[in-house]
Amino acid sequence: MGLHPETWLKVTEIGLYCEPGNFYIDPSGPVDRAVITHGHSDHARAGHRTVLSTAETAAIMAVRYGNDFAGTTQISTYGVPVQIAEVRVTLLPAGHILGSAQVLLEYDGSRVVISGDYKRRPDRTCIAFDPVPCDVFITEATFGLPVFRHPPDHLEISRLLQSRELFPDRCHLIGVYALGKCQRVMTLLRSAGYDRPIYLHGALLALTKLYAARGIELGPFSVLAGLTAEQLKGEIVLCPPSALADRWSRRLPEPVSAAASGWMRVRARARQKGAELPLVISDHADWDELLQTVEDVNAPEVWITHGREDGLLHALAKSGRRARALSLIGREEEEEDS
Amino acid sequence: MQHFANLLDALSFQPARNAKLRLIETYLRTTPDPDRGYALAALTGSLNLPNAKPAILRKLGTDQLDETLFALSYDYVGDLAETLALIWQPTNRRNQPSPSLREVIEKLETATSAEVPLLLTDWLDLLDATGRWALLKLITGSLRVGVSARLAKTAVANFGAVALEDVEEIWHGLQPPYRELFSWLSGFGEKPDRLNLSFRPLMLAHPLDEEELAQLKPEEFRAEWKWDGIRVQAVAFAGERRLYSRAGEDISRAFPDIIEAMTYEGVLDGELLVARPAENSDVQIAPFNELQQRLNRKTITSRMLADWRAHVRLYDILIDGEVDLRPLPFDMRRQHLEDWYRRERRPRFDLSPVLPFASWEELAALRAGARAASIEGLMLKRADSPYLGGRIKGRWFKWKRDPLTVDAVLMYAQRGHGKRSSFYSDFTFGCWQGSEGEADRQLVPVGKAYSGYTDEELLQLDRWVRNHTINRFGPVREVSPGLVVELAFDAVQRSSRHKSGVALRFPRIRRLRWDKPAQEADSLDTLVQLISTSKAS
Repeated sequence: MGLHPETWLKVTEIGLYCEPGNFYIDPSGPVDRAVITHGHSDHARAGHRTVLSTAETAAIMAVRYGNDFAGTTQISTYGVPVQIAEVRVTLLPAGHILGSAQVLLEYDGSRVVISGDYKRRPDRTCIAFDPVPCDVFITEATFGLPVFRHPPDHLEISRLLQSRELFPDRCHLIGVYALGKCQRVMTLLRSAGYDRPIYLHGALLALTKLYAARGIELGPFSVLAGLTAEQLKGEIVLCPPSALADRWSRRLPEPVSAAASGWMRVRARARQKGAELPLVISDHADWDELLQTVEDVNAPEVWITHGREDGLLHALAKSGRRARALSLIGREEEEEDS
Repeated sequence: MQHFANLLDALSFQPARNAKLRLIETYLRTTPDPDRGYALAALTGSLNLPNAKPAILRKLGTDQLDETLFALSYDYVGDLAETLALIWQPTNRRNQPSPSLREVIEKLETATSAEVPLLLTDWLDLLDATGRWALLKLITGSLRVGVSARLAKTAVANFGAVALEDVEEIWHGLQPPYRELFSWLSGFGEKPDRLNLSFRPLMLAHPLDEEELAQLKPEEFRAEWKWDGIRVQAVAFAGERRLYSRAGEDISRAFPDIIEAMTYEGVLDGELLVARPAENSDVQIAPFNELQQRLNRKTITSRMLADWRAHVRLYDILIDGEVDLRPLPFDMRRQHLEDWYRRERRPRFDLSPVLPFASWEELAALRAGARAASIEGLMLKRADSPYLGGRIKGRWFKWKRDPLTVDAVLMYAQRGHGKRSSFYSDFTFGCWQGSEGEADRQLVPVGKAYSGYTDEELLQLDRWVRNHTINRFGPVREVSPGLVVELAFDAVQRSSRHKSGVALRFPRIRRLRWDKPAQEADSLDTLVQLISTSKAS
């Protein structure tokens, strides 16, 4: 191993900067060259001169920001290395949302993996996380405490379906993030055999159509337009979390408000969101998955970008790994996509 | 246990009463005896389990995790039982079914405190996170799932398609797991025998519609003051005594002074008040907020007992000794009550007088003349009516005093809950301090109101709030002073807890005064003067 990655991969105010390649990873402000891990807005911003990302992430950014979201876009295929100046860059599946990627950097004999956001459990909307050995593993720690253990998805969905049987005269309104969570919940419902049309708040439509166009099977879905409260009894409606208690929801028949997020594991958080039916469905690694992933990539050194890093730092140190917190700005409390 | 845990979990997130009832009813219908009975006992607070001290839970937690991780977790979650439930990792998940509620409760009831941690460890291994949470809540005391004993009993009544009164009547004679209750409600067994100490459903009144009054004959009715306290039923048999609130909640523990004075046999109906001794062994009734100091207390100090002396002003007698008087007409019961009082006269009890009147005009004048804060209005009772549980039409009427009113300015609005969660429906109103034209004239909050408007008015209020917001504090919006409402309320009391120095009793919105400029709303002085009015009488 040559130069320690600390000397060439640096934390700046706008994010991680790779010096020998002169590029940033998920920068929070416009830069010359950016490598984007996935399409969530705190990772993918408009206005970079050159963007390297997966085709799916580029498509998502085009839906969100328009076709001119960057000067030029370089599409990278999972597992196929790209040389940027002196650095070999390879995107690998992260299992977080459609098109999400880890970034493998190889330089001067060292291998660094930047996980981006990721999870380990199966998800029909994206390719599973692919652990690769590395010298430094840079991970998120959104759920970096042992209280966060996400139960199996199908159990959460069956609670939703049971609630629907219990309250047939009400509709079930689920707060979901527009990108990723929305479509994942739809596929989970389909896997559970739910075949009614799924109704969407208008803000969820464009990205859902993108997923469908990319071959993800979501079954029938439509917006609410023209439907009466009477017609919506017994139906499942998805909306952004902010719309749960919004004027918009008044058109619905006594909605049972549900929220799908990893935070729902903690009762005070669920109550804060006003959810009658908290569903623990997350697109992030839970505590066990974080620890398992570090084992899988077997990195002697782990950097933590954001989240509840204290617990993870402590656990990693105990298992004899070097660990440090980067506390990247702008990533804390990304509530809605969790 | 797992099934019950899922019920508690759903209840804890469900704000709506009807939905809670539905959840409990469904549980009772789909759960066999004795588990459903034990669940009912847990919901109504009728279980007597050994309490696990927090230290035990902490110890179990740090056996699971190292102390740093446990501390970080507890710090994040903020609830010890929940933290332990979430971090627990089953050590050796044997192929065993998870424990039934019956197993948990019957074993805990007989366990010594040394055995409790072992039992817990065993069960925690066999339950999921929700099950663990429910188990730990059960053993650390209150469930806090927003279900009162009365709500649980209402669900039981719905389950059996009987009236709530029928369940309440026999409730205190029953023991968990209530097999005979469920057997009766499922149509297999007889209604269990009533027990002497149980709560008897109260007879309740309808509000009087003044136009209706002309149809009623004065000679067929008796009138009494409606005292401003809380309605109670005082039951005493064979040395055992219970004081019940209007809703049938046992409030004996909060009123040892009343319990001590209940050395009779029978069931009395009256108003619980705070009263100070006055001349001629009479008493002076204190305003309602003094009674409030005695309500919902876990521990009662001798200071409280001395400062706020509880008192029961009697309205009726239901049972005297062995004799059930309820089938008798009011006049005969009243005679019986007066005889009883002559015989059994005692401190802390007195009779609410029957007010003589010849015509409705005379009674209306009596009502208009009553200014004492301790009087809420009048009660009208049919002279020939038996004592019937519930709110029966045409028998008893309450004729409340006209409320006091004030024109106040909307200051803050907060989102409501449940159906109203998308509406700004909870309002804080203020009155002016300082006179008009003064530079430092300002609004001070005088009360909150959540009711009194129509659905249409709520829409208008909601829109107005959104368009006049000047500041946000979480769910609360501050609005510019521009909307005046006429607030109705039953009384004004001095209060050191409020900035304004006054507290309104039961404020509600009577009218929206879109026409009135905010500057012309009432001043705080107007309210302060109303305090002295009510004292003077």
